Amino acid sequence: MTEAAAHAAVSASAAAVATPILSIRQVIKRFGQRPVLRGITLDVASGEFLTILGESGSGKTTLLRLIAGFEDLDSGEIWMGAERLDRIPAHRRQVNTVFQSYAIFPHLSVFENVAYGLRAKFTPKSEIPERVTKALAMVKMDEFAQAAPAKLSGGQQQRVALARALVNRPRVLLLDEPLSALDANLRRQMQVELKSLQREVGITFIFVTHDQEEAMALSDRVALLRAGLLEQVAPPREIYGGPATAYAAQFIGQTNLLRTEVRDGIASAGSITWRTFGATGTATYSLRPECIRLVAESASVPSADATTARFRGCIRNQSFGGAMDLIEIDCGGAHTIRARIASPGILTGEREFEFTANDAVRVREGEPD
Amino acid sequence: MYSRAYKTAVTIPPLLWVTVFLLVPYAILFCYSFWSVSAAQAIVHNWNLQNYLQLARNPIYLQVLFRSMRVAASVTVLALLLGYPLAYYLSFHAAKRKDLLYQLVIIPLWASYLVRGYAWKTILGSDGVLNGFLQYLHITHRPVEFFLYSPFAVIITLTHIYTPFTLLPIYASLEHIPRNLVEASHDLGASPWSTFCRVILPLSLPGVLAGATFAFVLTLGDFLAPLLVGGPSGIMISNVVVSLFGAAYNWPLGAAISFCMMLLVVTLLFITERLEERLALS
Repeated sequence: MTEAAAHAAVSASAAAVATPILSIRQVIKRFGQRPVLRGITLDVASGEFLTILGESGSGKTTLLRLIAGFEDLDSGEIWMGAERLDRIPAHRRQVNTVFQSYAIFPHLSVFENVAYGLRAKFTPKSEIPERVTKALAMVKMDEFAQAAPAKLSGGQQQRVALARALVNRPRVLLLDEPLSALDANLRRQMQVELKSLQREVGITFIFVTHDQEEAMALSDRVALLRAGLLEQVAPPREIYGGPATAYAAQFIGQTNLLRTEVRDGIASAGSITWRTFGATGTATYSLRPECIRLVAESASVPSADATTARFRGCIRNQSFGGAMDLIEIDCGGAHTIRARIASPGILTGEREFEFTANDAVRVREGEPD
Repeated sequence: MYSRAYKTAVTIPPLLWVTVFLLVPYAILFCYSFWSVSAAQAIVHNWNLQNYLQLARNPIYLQVLFRSMRVAASVTVLALLLGYPLAYYLSFHAAKRKDLLYQLVIIPLWASYLVRGYAWKTILGSDGVLNGFLQYLHITHRPVEFFLYSPFAVIITLTHIYTPFTLLPIYASLEHIPRNLVEASHDLGASPWSTFCRVILPLSLPGVLAGATFAFVLTLGDFLAPLLVGGPSGIMISNVVVSLFGAAYNWPLGAAISFCMMLLVVTLLFITERLEERLALS
């Protein structure tokens, strides 16, 4: 994606969608004097997998709890279709939550846990066994129906929590860091299952996590939250390829942030220069490590054209990473560039590198506006 | 981990304490219950079952025992009815007032039992606060006599005294309920009332059981409240024991009653403990 296109996409701010199932408008929430959400506007499309990504303390769980109805907002509105969601109590909202710590009822069997929501809504008794069994089968827990929750592992409790929420056929499913308590392997497996489950049931998922890899792997769109404000809302590929801000560039994947001086269509950061369409002045660019290529050391290499930038630097450090090596390049001054290069062999001394000028994406610094 | 000497050092004192102050006295009491009193008011060490047989034959003892159990059951029910709502409010809805209210529940426990007993005497008596108030409002025209010196007075007084004992274990068990379970229940569409019935109450049952046991057992063994406000019709089993060990000077019979009481209470504790375990497991 070109720099200009990236900016256009970001300014359209993907926060508005054609037929939103959930519409969050100018939501502000304070705990005492401390502002937690400072004006969130976000539309959630029907059937999408939206991830709210942020560091701890960014307000992501609070936003989820506002949608679920566990907290009252200080100002703003939350709409579900034509219904003002924030005006109705939690138990009458057509949303269900999968809690971070599962919140399985310890005094009820797995079956009764899943049946809880159906009984609470006075579903005909004859329907309950079939729906519960189906929901448990969906998460591969049907053989545990009569088990006591205390006998289940964390991963199994997680599945029960998922079945317990999905059996109610909510319009939106809220997931509060549901995988954070699982170990790495189980976590990856659950990610895959969660994604295919979402496709299967076609329910809108709003997923909260602090793990950017998880966010990228699962989501149709990512809403990046920073200190109570939305930094960027876009599909993960778009955020990765065209981060709007320095923060977004650093939070989603690794990057090199280059503080540059732009003059006459040329950006320069120390000894590195490239062509840009950006306006004159100081600017920050994000350059992903894998966008950097090694230039072969032979005379037959053609010289760089206008769309390619070349620079020389000393190999500071090289760490083997299987398919890609991570290389730290000292370019003089305070500039250290990290590059991710596929099987370069062992590099030493000073080498020449290049990147396509359009891969350097101009980003905003500081707080989102 | 710990040395043998350390283990011995921490085990011996409590063992010694239990032996000297509990086991030995119980053993002595047990022996007494098989002895008898001679015409000359001397304890005779002739082993027999006379005392136990007398308890079974003479209906007066069983009557008093049943009355005591009725009073204990009434106090238990009243203490639960008063204690549970307050414990629930404290744990779930008191917010900033929680600490203050908690202290208000605790503080009466510091006042002497006797003071509280006498206070009820002043309230319930024929010239008491309650009768004065009722007459002032012209609800009654002469003092209501059954307020004081009746099982009613005993129940009121003991309910007042033992409600905090019931409230505290209930409060503790309510505090232990993870709040996200309550949120999960609301999330799944259960109204606050339904959430209370299906999540909060079942999960607080161990505390209810513990609190009920406190109220029942403490009331059953109480003798001061009947003495202060009970009158002749309010006599409870412990008063009988007290008089047998005192004025009536029949230690063997007193010991036999005490032993039966102890057996009753221990059985009760055993059952409730089992129930609590089962509740905790499910």
